[in-house]
Amino acid sequence: MTTAMVEARGVRKNFGVIEILKGIDLRVEKGSVTCLIGPSGSGKTTFLRCINHLEKVAAGRLYVNEHLVGYAERNGKLYEMKERQTARSRLNAGMVFQRFNLFPHMTVLENIIEAPVHVLGRPRKEVVVEAQALLDRVGLGDRGSSYPQELSGGQQQRIAIARALAMKPQLMLFDEPTSALDPELVGEVLDVMKALAEAGMTMVVVTHELGFARQVADQVIFMDGGVVVESGPPEEVLDNPQQERTKAFLSKVL
Amino acid sequence: MQNQTPVPDAKAFETQTLTGRASADAVAEDSIPVVPLKHPVRLVLAVVLIMVALSAAWDVAVNQRYHWDVVLSYLFAPQILAGAGLTIVLTVVSMSVGIALGTVLAIMRLSANPILSTISRGYIWFFRGTPLLVQLIFWYNIAALYPVIAFGLPFGGPSMILGSANVLITPLGAALLGLSLNEAAYMAEIIRGGIGSVDKGQYDAARALGMSGGKLMNRVILPQAMRVVLPPTGNQVISMLKGTSLVSVLAISDLLYSAQIIYANNYQTIPLLIVASLWYLLMTTVLSFFQNKLERRYGRGFDSAPRRSRKSKTRTA
Ligand SMILES: Nc1ncnc2c1ncn2[C@@H]1O[C@H](COP(=O)(O)OP(=O)(O)OP(=O)(O)O)[C@@H](O)[C@H]1O
Ligand SMILES: [Mg+2]
Repeated sequence: MTTAMVEARGVRKNFGVIEILKGIDLRVEKGSVTCLIGPSGSGKTTFLRCINHLEKVAAGRLYVNEHLVGYAERNGKLYEMKERQTARSRLNAGMVFQRFNLFPHMTVLENIIEAPVHVLGRPRKEVVVEAQALLDRVGLGDRGSSYPQELSGGQQQRIAIARALAMKPQLMLFDEPTSALDPELVGEVLDVMKALAEAGMTMVVVTHELGFARQVADQVIFMDGGVVVESGPPEEVLDNPQQERTKAFLSKVL
Repeated sequence: MQNQTPVPDAKAFETQTLTGRASADAVAEDSIPVVPLKHPVRLVLAVVLIMVALSAAWDVAVNQRYHWDVVLSYLFAPQILAGAGLTIVLTVVSMSVGIALGTVLAIMRLSANPILSTISRGYIWFFRGTPLLVQLIFWYNIAALYPVIAFGLPFGGPSMILGSANVLITPLGAALLGLSLNEAAYMAEIIRGGIGSVDKGQYDAARALGMSGGKLMNRVILPQAMRVVLPPTGNQVISMLKGTSLVSVLAISDLLYSAQIIYANNYQTIPLLIVASLWYLLMTTVLSFFQNKLERRYGRGFDSAPRRSRKSKTRTA
């Protein structure tokens, strides 16, 4: 068995008195693609945000690339990390949001070079060359000087992917990257993601695109009510589910 | 969130686009002639208003009792120019300090730390809740309450004496202190509103890219807040410019006070007030010009129909 890129053991998370994640156990192997599916409110987004420490884990252990997320473990105690350290540890993972979240006051190119230049402190010239290559890779090589608002949703999401890739992450997190898009724009974003998966990127994708999951995923995880109900290769979970809840969900989605 | 560019005259805008669209359709569908809607009432009203304005201007120009000759002779008088200079200094310094302190107060107010947010809330409550005039007089008379100003530990700990309050707090110092601290309270609320208008997803995106603290604020949140902060800040600068005239109670010879001193001697009250007003008008005009430029600068990427986008759309089409 290879070492895991993400490993969750009994991860719990509550907002106030409501427990959203009730003990998540899962493993994401390096270089694999994991699709998270499940009904609305089942905690998919919350779990994805925990991986990047945008939400604090309340209990359990969550490791990314063998490092505990958000805490330092010393003498049998967990010490919460300082904001700056947490920010550093986030550099392992790139994240793509449902609503793109591009910086509207910056051009496309500025969006992409922002973090490499101002967080990593790399020379601007060098980063611009890489950014241009990334833009070409997502098929938007000529849009560097546009503002995000001037682009279609599909184009914005492809820029958001390029922006995350510019930080050279080892892991990419996608939270329903196509569900805010018009149907005819979904394909162009999924194509970019497929190419990324083929290039060997480790990916965790929350999605309702079961076709994408079937085609690209190494592992599909079905979550419901804050727990992992069923997981395995797509042909097992999607085509031959064992759990009643999975069957019920899939029959509603298909 | 997107379409916030103000439309100066919503009705005019509407008719424009409607007729635009109608004529485009007309061309497409066998060119039906389009008769644009007429607005007779609007037209009559406009003519009447223009007449009223012109006749008022004429009256003012020919009325001997305005003493335009006196106005002209004092317009560039040294005391007036010095007063205008001091008004500018008061405005620039108080606004700068007000904006800087206001930003800090706004960030404190939004902080998750209840102590910080309560301190900020208390500050804003106090300085917005008491008259500026009272605050100015208070700072002017601070020596009566605290004869000596010192730097040191609280509750009677060791301290370093900086000097007598009477020497340290000059009238100008009291004016700057009063105006700045008061302005900070207003700016804090304006900036808080601006920060609050930025989408929460922007914080997520910036954090996911490894940003935190000051970098996140300065590079991602504040530039976007600027768009919302600028228009009311422009108002603040202009009311500050005129509000500085309050400091005449501290016998500081700002623009208005300089004019007052002159007309106290020659009894040409109205002409000298006109002189002062002309200078205030000039200064606010210049300020509005810069406000416009700044608003355009920080509105980039938010315009509903920027020229740039039209160009690029036709390019891809
Ligand atoms: N910041 C928050 N404060 C309080 N409750 C929250 C917060 N974020 C999420 N929740 C709640 O947690 C639950 C799970 O939310 P989550 O967004 O993780 O679900 P999801 O599986 O991603 O659903 P969807 O498919 O609709 O995106 C929801 O009931 C939501 O209301
Ligand atoms: Mg979600």
